[in-house]
Amino acid sequence: MSGEVTSTKKRFLGLGLPYVDQEHLLGRLIVIEGSDGVGRSTQIRMLRNWLEVQGAGVVETGWTRSQLMSHTIDLAKEGHKMNNVTFNLLYATDFADRLEHELIPALRAGFIVLADRYVYTAFARARVRDTATKWLQNLYGFALQPDLVLYLKARVDTIVNRILASGELDYWEAGMDQNPGFDPYDSLMRYQRKLLREFGKLAKENNFHLINANRNIKSIQLDLRRAIATHLGWTLTDDVLLPNEMAGGAPALATA
Amino acid sequence: MQQLTNPHEYPGKLIVVEGIDGSGKSTQAFLLQQWLQSKGLRVFFTEWNSSLLVKSTTKQAKKKNRLTPTTFSLLHCTDFADRLMYRVIPPLKAGMIVIADRYAFTAFARDSARGVEPQWVRQLYSFAIKPDIAFYFRVPVDISLARISSARAQLKYYEAGMDTGLSKDINECFRLFQGEVIRQYDLMTPEFGLQVMDATETIDVQQKRVRAIAQEMLADYHPDGNNRKQTRAREGGSHV
Repeated sequence: MSGEVTSTKKRFLGLGLPYVDQEHLLGRLIVIEGSDGVGRSTQIRMLRNWLEVQGAGVVETGWTRSQLMSHTIDLAKEGHKMNNVTFNLLYATDFADRLEHELIPALRAGFIVLADRYVYTAFARARVRDTATKWLQNLYGFALQPDLVLYLKARVDTIVNRILASGELDYWEAGMDQNPGFDPYDSLMRYQRKLLREFGKLAKENNFHLINANRNIKSIQLDLRRAIATHLGWTLTDDVLLPNEMAGGAPALATA
Repeated sequence: MQQLTNPHEYPGKLIVVEGIDGSGKSTQAFLLQQWLQSKGLRVFFTEWNSSLLVKSTTKQAKKKNRLTPTTFSLLHCTDFADRLMYRVIPPLKAGMIVIADRYAFTAFARDSARGVEPQWVRQLYSFAIKPDIAFYFRVPVDISLARISSARAQLKYYEAGMDTGLSKDINECFRLFQGEVIRQYDLMTPEFGLQVMDATETIDVQQKRVRAIAQEMLADYHPDGNNRKQTRAREGGSHV
């Protein structure tokens, strides 16, 4: 039945949170991964609206948005005084804060949590920076295993064009810490190419559901809805997939 | 990153003091520092929680009681990493004696007592370097409580482990929580070769033993000449 969210048994990626009851996490954790500039936030906004029309409760969460750490992370970024270890620890602290204060309570209350990026973003960034991967995997051992990871996969030129168009290119986005002496554009290309390669590996290792993000917004959205509906065991009718503004202009399901 | 169990290769020496609040470890560290300096040695003292990077966050979060066992552990590890990088390793490279008031073992004891996986927190700190000596000042909870109470009016929230909810009464909570911290220290004593000190002894008796142990460890410590040459050789080698 559409709108219904049946519970799944949650597991941790590693050693977990021994003091947290993981038996009663009724909701679903759905992760949207993908490089900067693939249009994650637009897609998540549309997904949220769609899921709510279906009658499911939705909570959104992002990467590095917790009350506890945002300020510290911004400060540290400005000062560039972080090394790989402190950089990763700061992000992990921020994530743990959100996990325990937002994600877990939402799952306990039966919400679908839409996560705009997840630990895989940290893994990919760290792999690019050659941080010890074993250490990092242990570090994020407290993270919950997502029920579904949707990976918006785009070509490097698509990504780079969107980042440049957004006007948000900065030191970190361009991976300047990796490429001293490069100009920002060359550094950006090089960094994003490496990130994509690492994301590709992570996708294989963790069974990401791949979504081709080189297409228009509606086609991507339709694929995302289909993947989520299938995951939740909902029937794939036009009623379920296209209840709102998408109904008119979207491609017919049979041929999409 | 298994440096915490392998000896470091810096020309300096790292001396760590560990123990629960009120164990007298800071007093012992201070007296040791005075003695070493009086012998003309270059000593650098560093203590937990002194790095600027996370100081304000820790303070703010502690005020709001927002910290969970995991974020508490991660914040302190971030602070530790920052401190290790800027306050511990550079003086060791320069051939100095570094005295650290609390080290990774504090986290292993305290965070495990709060309920995080002991193995997780050990892995977390696997980038830390192995001390040349780690003194553990072992003291019964009641003595520590009496010492703290005579020094200041109130126990601190996290020091008493009030976040664990072991007891609503702050003194009782301190007893239960620090009792578990002591148990965790005992568990890691053989694991990391901690030098156990009877912290119920008088200050001077303890200090005599501390100095004797430090002196023995410093037998192969040559702050001038030899060490500098060795450092240069090592640095040269690492670029090959």
